[in-house]
Amino acid sequence: MKKLFSILLFVTLFAAAWTSKAAAQDPQPPSDDDVNRVARQLFCPVCENTPLDVCPTEACRQWRALIREKLAAGWSDEQIKQYFVEQYGARVLSEPPRQGWYWAFYLIPVVLLLLGVYILYRAFTSMRQPLSESAQVEAAPESPAAVETQGQQDYLRRVEEELKKRN
Amino acid sequence: MSESTVAPRRGMPVWIQVLVWVGLLALLGLVAFGLRRAQQGTVQPGDTIPDFTLTLFDGYQYAGKSEVKFSELRGKVVVINFWASWCKPCEQEAAELETAWRDYQDDERVVFLGIDYTDTPTPALGYLTKFEITYPNSPDLGSRVSQLFRIKGVPETYFVDPDGKLSYVQVGPFASAAEIHSIIDPLLKP
Amino acid sequence: MFADFGFGVLVITFLLSLYGISAALIGHFKKKQAWVESARLSMLLTFPLLTLGALTLIYLLVTNDFTVKFVYDVISFDMPLYLKITALWGGQSGSLLFWSWLMAAFATAVTLRKWDRDREFLPWVVIVSCVTIAFFLGLNIFFENPFAHFWVSVSGEIFPATFQPANARLVTLDEIGNGTGLNPLLRHPGMIIHPPMLYLGFVAFVIPFAFALAALVTGRTDDRWIRLTRRWTLIAWLFLSLGLVLGGRWAYDVLGWGGYWGWDPVEIAAFMPWLTGTAFLHSVMIQEKRGMLKHWNMILIILTYALVIFGTFLTRSGVLSSVHAFAQSAIGPSFFIFIGVTFVISVALLIYRWAELKSEGQMQSMFSREALFLLNNLLFMGILVVCFWGVISPLISELLTNQKVTVGPPYYERAAGPLFGALLLLMGIAPLSAWGHTTLKNLAAQSNLQLEKRYALAIARLLWKPAVPALLVLIGLFASGIRDIYALIGLTLAALTTSITAYEFWRAARARSRAQQENFFVALWRLAGRNRRRYGGYTIHLGVVLMALGIIGIEMFQTQTQKSMAVGENIQISGYTLRYDSLAQFPSEDGRQVTRAVLSVFDKNGALLGELHPRYDVYPSGEPMTIPGVRSTLADDLYVVLVNWEGVSEQTTPFKIYHNPLVNWLWLGAFVFIFGTLIAAWPDEERETIPAQARSTQAAFQPGD
Repeated sequence: MKKLFSILLFVTLFAAAWTSKAAAQDPQPPSDDDVNRVARQLFCPVCENTPLDVCPTEACRQWRALIREKLAAGWSDEQIKQYFVEQYGARVLSEPPRQGWYWAFYLIPVVLLLLGVYILYRAFTSMRQPLSESAQVEAAPESPAAVETQGQQDYLRRVEEELKKRN
Repeated sequence: MSESTVAPRRGMPVWIQVLVWVGLLALLGLVAFGLRRAQQGTVQPGDTIPDFTLTLFDGYQYAGKSEVKFSELRGKVVVINFWASWCKPCEQEAAELETAWRDYQDDERVVFLGIDYTDTPTPALGYLTKFEITYPNSPDLGSRVSQLFRIKGVPETYFVDPDGKLSYVQVGPFASAAEIHSIIDPLLKP
Repeated sequence: MFADFGFGVLVITFLLSLYGISAALIGHFKKKQAWVESARLSMLLTFPLLTLGALTLIYLLVTNDFTVKFVYDVISFDMPLYLKITALWGGQSGSLLFWSWLMAAFATAVTLRKWDRDREFLPWVVIVSCVTIAFFLGLNIFFENPFAHFWVSVSGEIFPATFQPANARLVTLDEIGNGTGLNPLLRHPGMIIHPPMLYLGFVAFVIPFAFALAALVTGRTDDRWIRLTRRWTLIAWLFLSLGLVLGGRWAYDVLGWGGYWGWDPVEIAAFMPWLTGTAFLHSVMIQEKRGMLKHWNMILIILTYALVIFGTFLTRSGVLSSVHAFAQSAIGPSFFIFIGVTFVISVALLIYRWAELKSEGQMQSMFSREALFLLNNLLFMGILVVCFWGVISPLISELLTNQKVTVGPPYYERAAGPLFGALLLLMGIAPLSAWGHTTLKNLAAQSNLQLEKRYALAIARLLWKPAVPALLVLIGLFASGIRDIYALIGLTLAALTTSITAYEFWRAARARSRAQQENFFVALWRLAGRNRRRYGGYTIHLGVVLMALGIIGIEMFQTQTQKSMAVGENIQISGYTLRYDSLAQFPSEDGRQVTRAVLSVFDKNGALLGELHPRYDVYPSGEPMTIPGVRSTLADDLYVVLVNWEGVSEQTTPFKIYHNPLVNWLWLGAFVFIFGTLIAAWPDEERETIPAQARSTQAAFQPGD
């Protein structure tokens, strides 16, 4: 959540600073930290589910070297990521790209969560109706407010009992 | 939901039951698919390979073009070798593959294709130079071709017969050029 | 032949559990108590028998019997004894046997309880447990036999098989040589206890599930099954939590990526039953007190069992690729069928009994305990949805688009992070709901507002005292220069939860100490003893807050830097200076080639704080293992990795340094957490001695539980 945010912010700021710097003076060789910053956002198909910056395989070492090459050439982080997607497919990204089919990936959990909220709301309202219907059929018609007060008095009585016990 | 609350003893509404069963079956179907995927391995002999296009590395050409379309190779025996510069076993077989290729170079009926899996340009070109590989080679753009073949690793070599059907899969490196000959030659019989 | 003996034991136990299932079925349908008793006794025997089986395998491991394939795969001569024993769960077939063994331990334990009042449950508890045991044993017997031998064919080929094939002879020890040895990553003390804890957590959840199914089948759908399994559930949950925390600790110590949790599919597979289990622990209290949520509790326990089996399946079938996954194996299809059958039967039973599981109580208010618990369940389910979706969507993507995708930490952090934050807040106000009503009484007299508003007002009145320290913390954090909005929210929430919970302890203990003329601490102790579940629960909440502190620290404030250094060079990180002093290479006693660097750590003022020794070991098999050098304090961890995969030489050595603030609180919080669970789960003598008749009346309401 927040991490991504700060990375994005950092990346944009840095990219801006970097491009201007790269244009202004001799390109400084990118540091390991620069390489890792990009690598952290990529996943190599050879070691699945391990971020590129900590993956010890030879393939991943080459990928990091490529990132370094591209950084030295003045590419921005986004450009490099885009390049990797073109070369190796969408699976190198830490998340599905936000396009086409993949929107469903982002929307479905939200829809399910909203459904959960709705079910919970229904549960609240239905449970607050006078007890279960079967029990209430013969009972004298009571206004919901009356039931509420009664239930509440019930609860208060219990709490008082509890306090007595505790003391 | 609200209309069914009138019933004194309500079971689960039918539409929810249907929904639950559909969801459960969909989930099981998905898992079954995943399981099949995990167990089936690479494409198998007899399978037809879907079409794909390769954009060759700089300095490589096939029939005067820098692009190869798989469907245009129909009628030929196609040897597709997946490799990577970081792969040690690939180095073992690189020379053997090249030797075999040179034997068939002038035979119109045989094509060798090298496909570079999950690799970066500089080491890949270094590898091609080091082993003096002359048959058409290309990077696997977007890892698309390797997914078509569902490769499990490198090196893997696929032999496609003139009808476009897969006839043999070699997982792991070749020990000798003769081994490669022994697979190609039977396919060349008219 | 010990191996054959072991295999024989497995087969006998397998047949015995099949007999147990049949006997229980006959007993149930013919109403013959003798058959049920026979089924009980056969289940009672599973643990002793499987103990024999497991001990046989351990004996083979300890005596380096490499003619047995499993032993050959996980052991080598040079391994220390404790690793040879724990290699029992270092490979697929052995860990399946270990799984069954632990499962049998719980099954046997459950047969030993007093069944007088719950006779009708017994056959079905036996059936569910025995089916599970029989299934796992079946996997062992038919697909993954840990006792399979190596044989030599006439042509001299060596191959594994359970029975002697025609024209083959048993391999000799000389022919086989030394074993492969255990994966270096698994040679860690954390690996000794992490899997057993996780498995214990998994298998222990089978018992509550068995009771739930028994309740569904027999139609005794009151909350009896929940009361019977309350402690089982807590214990299962404790083990599962321990397993997860130990797994995190192991990853932190061994994997060398500076973290404890990587949102790997297999980690999530173990986390998902924990989520439903936690939701279940909370929501059963509502059913016990108020007779509500009966459907929901059934759904939760079925989900938990399903996720346990599903998680085991995912790890072991090769469906998901993961660093944790076992090597590919043939057990996938049968596992899949087992999953399908259990899911379908559970759902069918649940639908069949749906009408009988009707609610007895009613909701008091939006601010009542019930409402808060429901909200808690919603959040846990939300996290479950996020996790489940993240795990299966790569499969869906592959099915629909033939493209693989990665679902990595950013997705989980973004989607689950706010939900975790909301849970933290909910934990904070949980104690409020218990005493909101007393203040409400006074308030109610003087106002004729709506009920909701009165509650809100009451909560505001009660909240202000504990809110003061939280506010002070917020001001302090802000003053110390932290501007990160998420971190401020997280840490303030943690402070608020702590102060509300502490305030609740203090308030109740003071009330008691005044009334009973007791010392404050005595009062606190007796109070907690009186209502273990409540005060155990609050202690667990405190532990979780401490853990949250560590998680916020490492997730939001972790800094890292990497640099290739020559000896004598310095590197700075977060106010520390590290000086690279030396590098040494030497062989260790067990044949490892060790490369070890020495770094001096200085603080801001240049004072020497100590030395760090990051290293990497290369095992005789050629497998490397990176061991970070860690300086751990309550404030932060300095975590140095020798980045051996980038190439280490005398001149330049690449180091990766992580600064992980507060991470120690994660582990410390875990101790508080365990302590809290033990308080809650401790056998309650008072309650056990209540005569049976009195129990049902007591069930109606237990004050403040």
